[in-house]
Amino acid sequence: MLNEYDISALLVTIKLASLTTVILILVGTPIAWWLSQTRFKFKVVIEAIIALPLILPPTVLGFYLLMTLGTNGPIGNFLELIGGSSIAFTFTGLVVGSVIYSLPFVVQPLQNSFGSIGKHPMEVAATLGASKLDRFFTVAVPLARSGFITASVLGFAHTVGEFGVVLMIGGNIPGETGVLSIAIYDHVEAMEYGQAHVLAGGLLVLSFVMLLVVYIFNRHFSIMRSD
Amino acid sequence: MIECKIKIKLDSFILDANFSIPDKGVTVVFGPSGSGKTSLLRALAGLEKTNNGFLKIGDSIWQDSENFVLTHKRQIGYVFQDTTLFNHLNVQDNLDYGIKRSSNVEKEFIDSILNLLGIKTLLNRSTAQLSGGEKQRVAIARALLIKPKILLMDEPLSALDMKRKQEILPYLDALHNDLDIPIIYVTHSPDEASRLADHLLLLDNGKVIGSGPINNMLTRFDLPISHGREATSLVEAKVISREKEFDLMHLNFSGGEFIVPDNRLPIGSNVRLRISARDVSLTKEKQIDTSILNIFPAIVDEMSPEGKAQIMVRLKIKEITLLTLITKKSAKILNLKKRSKVFAQIKSASILS
Repeated sequence: MLNEYDISALLVTIKLASLTTVILILVGTPIAWWLSQTRFKFKVVIEAIIALPLILPPTVLGFYLLMTLGTNGPIGNFLELIGGSSIAFTFTGLVVGSVIYSLPFVVQPLQNSFGSIGKHPMEVAATLGASKLDRFFTVAVPLARSGFITASVLGFAHTVGEFGVVLMIGGNIPGETGVLSIAIYDHVEAMEYGQAHVLAGGLLVLSFVMLLVVYIFNRHFSIMRSD
Repeated sequence: MIECKIKIKLDSFILDANFSIPDKGVTVVFGPSGSGKTSLLRALAGLEKTNNGFLKIGDSIWQDSENFVLTHKRQIGYVFQDTTLFNHLNVQDNLDYGIKRSSNVEKEFIDSILNLLGIKTLLNRSTAQLSGGEKQRVAIARALLIKPKILLMDEPLSALDMKRKQEILPYLDALHNDLDIPIIYVTHSPDEASRLADHLLLLDNGKVIGSGPINNMLTRFDLPISHGREATSLVEAKVISREKEFDLMHLNFSGGEFIVPDNRLPIGSNVRLRISARDVSLTKEKQIDTSILNIFPAIVDEMSPEGKAQIMVRLKIKEITLLTLITKKSAKILNLKKRSKVFAQIKSASILS
C-alpha cells in the first residue's frame, strides 16, 4: 500500500516531529516560565513575536528562513565562514524551521499552565526549604503536567502537518527533507488518489486521536485537581 | 527575643513594623483587615523583600544591612490562610516534601507530631479526600516537621466553618502547650486571640500600636481593644477540686478561688478564663444574699469614660487586672475613685482551652 517513497516520508516526518517536540519543550519551558512570572514592560511584544507563526502564512516564514539560512543569508554566510555549510535544504534546516513554526503551540499552553499555578505553591515550597530550581522541578512542573501534555501533542501534531515552511526550506529531498504532507501533494499532482487517500486518511485519524488524548487528559486532570 | 525593624511600601500604606517580642510562647498579631498583618508575616518569612530592614530570631540574624537570608534557608514553619497542600502529592508525600529538605528529623519526632495533630490515619489519602479541617492539620504538621525555629500562622482558621474551627482549636492549644518554639499567629478574631495569645502585638494601618503580655494589653486604656462592649479580661487559673453535688469545679487563681460549671477538665489542668467587662458588677459592701458565687475584694485602678452614660473601670484583684463596664450613675452612687475599695461580682466567665 505504501511505496518506498511514502515510507521514507513517514520516517522523516516522525523523526522531524519528535526531534522538534523535544527541542521545543527544552526551549519553550524556560520561555513560558519567564513569561508567566515576569513583570517586564515589553512582555507583550515578546508574546506577540512568539505568536506570529499562528497567523503568518507559512510561506512567508519559510521565505525569510530561506533568506537567512541560505548560502547568501547572514546565518548561512556565517556557517560557511566557520567552515560549515548552509543548512537550507537539509534536515537540520527543517528542524530549525519547524521549531520556530511550532513555538507558539508549545509556549502558550505551558505559559497558561504555569500562570494558573499562581505564586502560592511556590512560596509554600520555599518555606519548606526548596530552592528556586528545586521548587521549579518539584512543584511547578508537576502542577503544569496538563500543559506539558498539551504542548507536546500540539507541537508534534503541528510539525507533522506543516507544508509551506518545509516546501520553502526543505526542498523535498527523499529520505532527507521529504515529509508526509509533501508526499500527499505529490500523489495528488500525479493523480494517485488512492495513495493520497491512505496518507491523508492516516494523518486525519492520527491528528484526531492525538487531540482526543489531550482533551481526555485535561478533563481528567482538572477533575483530579478540583477540591 | 525576636527583633524586627522592617519598612515595606504596600499598595495603600507603608508597613512600619518596629518591635521586639519574646521568642517563646504564642504572639498573636491582631488588627483589622488590611492593617498589614499578613504582610508582616510574609516579611518575617522573607517572602516580601525590603531594603535596610533588621530581623533577628533568637541568635540567628535573617536580615540586616548586608544580608538577606532567603526564605528556603530560614527554617520557618509557615501555615498559610488557605490550604496549600500540594495537590500532586498525597498526604505522606506532602509531609515528606519538607522532611527531605531538612536535616536531623528523627522518626520519634515525626511520630510525636503526627500524634499531636491526629493525622496518622490520613497518610495514604490524596489531598482531595481530606476535609477542610484535616487539610489544615496536615499543613500545620508539614510546617512543624521541618523543625522550624519559628512557626508563622496566617489566620489558619479563617477559611473554616464554625464546626471545623472547633475541631482544630484543641490542636492549636496542644501546640501552645507542647512546643518550645515561638509561634506568631495572625488573626482578626478576638476569640482566637484571647484563647491562644501569651503576647499580643496590635497592628493598625501598618503601624504597631502596642505590644505586651495579653492581659496587660486587653486592659490598657490607651488601646482600642480595652473599650466598648466587647472589652474582656483574662484570668489564668488551675483546676483544684470538684463539687460533685452541684456539678461545679473550683479553680485557684492568685486572687482566690473561682467557681464555674464543671467541664470535666482533670484536676491540675491550667485554664484561662475570659471575663467580659459587662459581666462584672461592683458593690461597696460584700453582698451575702446573692446568687453570684464569685465575689472578690478589689481596688479601683483606673477609670475611663465610655460614651455619655458609661464608664470602664479597671480593677486590681491582687495582681490580677479586670475590666468592668458600669454606668456613670452607678459610679457616682458608689463614689468610685482611684484606689477605692470595692467588691467585684463576676456573673459569668467562659473557660478557654
